[in-house]
Amino acid sequence: MSRTIRFAPLALLLLIIVALIWRLATPSDTNVHSTLEGKAVPAFALSAILPNKPPLSSADLANGQPHLVNVFASWCVPCITEVKVLQTLKDSGVSVEGIAIRDRPADLTQFLASNGDPYDRIGSDPQSQVQISLGSSGVPESFIVDGKGVIRYQHIGPIERSDIGLILSKLEQAR
Amino acid sequence: MIAEAGLAALWLAAGLAALQFVLMVLSLRIQFDGARSMRSIAVVQGLLTLVAFAMLLIVFARSDMSVALVFENSSAVKPFIYKVAGAWGNHEGSMLMWVTILAIAGAFVALLAHRTSERTLVAALGAQAVLALGFYAFLLFASNPFARLWPAPPDGQGLNPLLQDPGLAFHPPTLYLGYVGLSVAFSLAVGALLTGEVDSRLARAMRPWVLGAWILLTLGITAGSYWAYYELGWGGYWFWDPVENASLMPWLAATALLHSINVLAARGALKAWTMMLAVIAFSMSMVGTFLVRSGILTSVHAFAIDPERGTFLLALLAIYVGAAFILFAVRGATLKEGAPFELVSRESGLVVNNLILSIVLGVVFVGTLYPLFVEAVSGEKLSVGAPYFNAVAGPLALILAALVGVGPLLAWRRERRPVFGQLTIPALLGTSALVITIVLWPGMHILPRLGFTVAAYLVAASILPLVNRNPFRAPLATWGMVVAHFGIAIALLGMAANAAFTSERLAIAKPGDTLTVGPWLVLLNDVTPTAGKNWTAVEAELRATRGANVVTLKPQTRYFSDPPAETNESAIRTFWNGQLYTVVGKPDASGAWQLRLWWKPFVTLIWAGGVLIALGGALALLGRLWRLFWRRRADADWHRERYA
Repeated sequence: MSRTIRFAPLALLLLIIVALIWRLATPSDTNVHSTLEGKAVPAFALSAILPNKPPLSSADLANGQPHLVNVFASWCVPCITEVKVLQTLKDSGVSVEGIAIRDRPADLTQFLASNGDPYDRIGSDPQSQVQISLGSSGVPESFIVDGKGVIRYQHIGPIERSDIGLILSKLEQAR
Repeated sequence: MIAEAGLAALWLAAGLAALQFVLMVLSLRIQFDGARSMRSIAVVQGLLTLVAFAMLLIVFARSDMSVALVFENSSAVKPFIYKVAGAWGNHEGSMLMWVTILAIAGAFVALLAHRTSERTLVAALGAQAVLALGFYAFLLFASNPFARLWPAPPDGQGLNPLLQDPGLAFHPPTLYLGYVGLSVAFSLAVGALLTGEVDSRLARAMRPWVLGAWILLTLGITAGSYWAYYELGWGGYWFWDPVENASLMPWLAATALLHSINVLAARGALKAWTMMLAVIAFSMSMVGTFLVRSGILTSVHAFAIDPERGTFLLALLAIYVGAAFILFAVRGATLKEGAPFELVSRESGLVVNNLILSIVLGVVFVGTLYPLFVEAVSGEKLSVGAPYFNAVAGPLALILAALVGVGPLLAWRRERRPVFGQLTIPALLGTSALVITIVLWPGMHILPRLGFTVAAYLVAASILPLVNRNPFRAPLATWGMVVAHFGIAIALLGMAANAAFTSERLAIAKPGDTLTVGPWLVLLNDVTPTAGKNWTAVEAELRATRGANVVTLKPQTRYFSDPPAETNESAIRTFWNGQLYTVVGKPDASGAWQLRLWWKPFVTLIWAGGVLIALGGALALLGRLWRLFWRRRADADWHRERYA
């Protein structure tokens, strides 16, 4: 058996050890990054779900101002706590838009009455079509869209109180 | 006091391991006969770790909350069996169990190994001591299981509810026994490389350990596969998950070793290769432990994660495997290859077996670690899934299974007879299976079609070694081989049937709706809420009918509150010709329920095959040990008569 072959396993082992050390030193980033970040919002025009609330279309988002688009539903339990955080954001001057997923007007009215209503506009997405085109796989999720209608950030799961700083800084960057 | 006694026993054992290593160096370097003392030290060391482990069991059984480990992993109200099993249901306890098994194995090597030369035994016991020392250091400095809490809290924090399963009480011990068996093969190989005495005596000493480890790993993989099948509710038996691969890799290496060791034992050939495999088999089990413990690859076993401990394990892995590879590189050249053999012979058959198994091992290894390398080099994230593994490993496995029928028929050294004549009936069976599948199911995918072909051929070919002779006079080891190879055919049949004939139905149904899946008519009778000790659930009642056959299945979706988790409890009914597998999901707004129904013809053959393979191993082990026992008895008798 030649010398090179006999040392091959050792070389292979070293290579693997180096890769494993690298992985231990730089833990993998477990955050999910949307592939739509940096791309324009897909065109949509949702109808209104409540009589007193204007509907939402992609054109409404490209009006020069950054927006926080919240994908939510009245039947979603984490959304109850999230909507209060959204109210805080709204109070500090953020424009919050909602996309209601598979919702019913009566349920939604009840939800907003008991938990607060931070939304400027709410579009109804009864078949999740817009939700899917946005690359959102559940509720709640939120998108930060800049004034040109380009998605800058996707937040998966509810926005907690501890996320307020993050969201505000992302909105600032999108300005 | 009990915890302190355990800790003291552990320190003493570590001291003895160090002494054992020093004695090995002295024995090999200068003219010093340390063999006798090393044997006794190995035995005492085994007993001491046993004491330490018993102390841990006692503090867990008594729910002594002043011990930090008990507080963190147990609670006073747990069922007794889980209190005791809780002792190894955590990192520290499981590492203590691992060194205990390792040290006891070392004691048995010292007591039983009369087959190798004294020098090789000394070197192997020294290597075993070094292995143990690393893990003692790990326990004593980085994960002390006996650390105290002051003041003692009134009750513990409990065990992860997912781990409260009888299977999980036995899963780690089985796996560790398998890994430790491979560690003995590793130590013997290192010892033999040190002394240069790589011969058939060494192979015969190593064989029972490899065989025992291989049986346990086979059972572990079979059981793990069935667990994933019924517990995860996805209806699959193998997902190529990194942790599954981590258990498959040592098994593949051990399977190759098991075959090459026979060549070394019978013919004294394949010396360097067999030593290499012995090193690799144990390395793979350490890689597996590392992957699971460090959590660097995302998987269902994510509860065992701890990066710091991962670093320690990686250091041990690098030292042990690196040292063994260096030794191999330096000493490998001095190994003289044994008896020559010709192209058509049992030996070359086993070489081909080893080559294919090694390629499959390489394929699984590369697939498991490839995402890591890609991310290290280019920063790109990707995952390697079933399509790669099935496409690459599947055909290789089929070729190997086809050759399994031929290999055992070949004679050692040189085959003169026309072997293929014996394979007429198996070949006819295989061809008819191929023709039948082409005629009846022209649309079948190529892999299951070939799977049926090879399985039908192998069912007959595997039993040929018992034909043309009196099967009751054949050695048990031959029976073991035949049963294991027959098991491969059975498992292959199950896999092919599952791949080709599974009917799946995913539907939204309201109570009163009827669905068809395969030959079954399934009526969703009702959905009711129900509750258990720490969960609530919705339970569907399904009435399935096939002809006169009527069965009721009750799948559930369970919601655990603490910690919040949701599990699908599938309902499975087994029949002689398949399994009906049902899962209930979430309701939609209109009050209809998601149902997933599968009819899986002959799927149980997969695990039956796995059990047969392990059983074959057990028969072979029994045969080897039986022979060893009688030979030793005969020697003793001969001695008595001669010197009486």
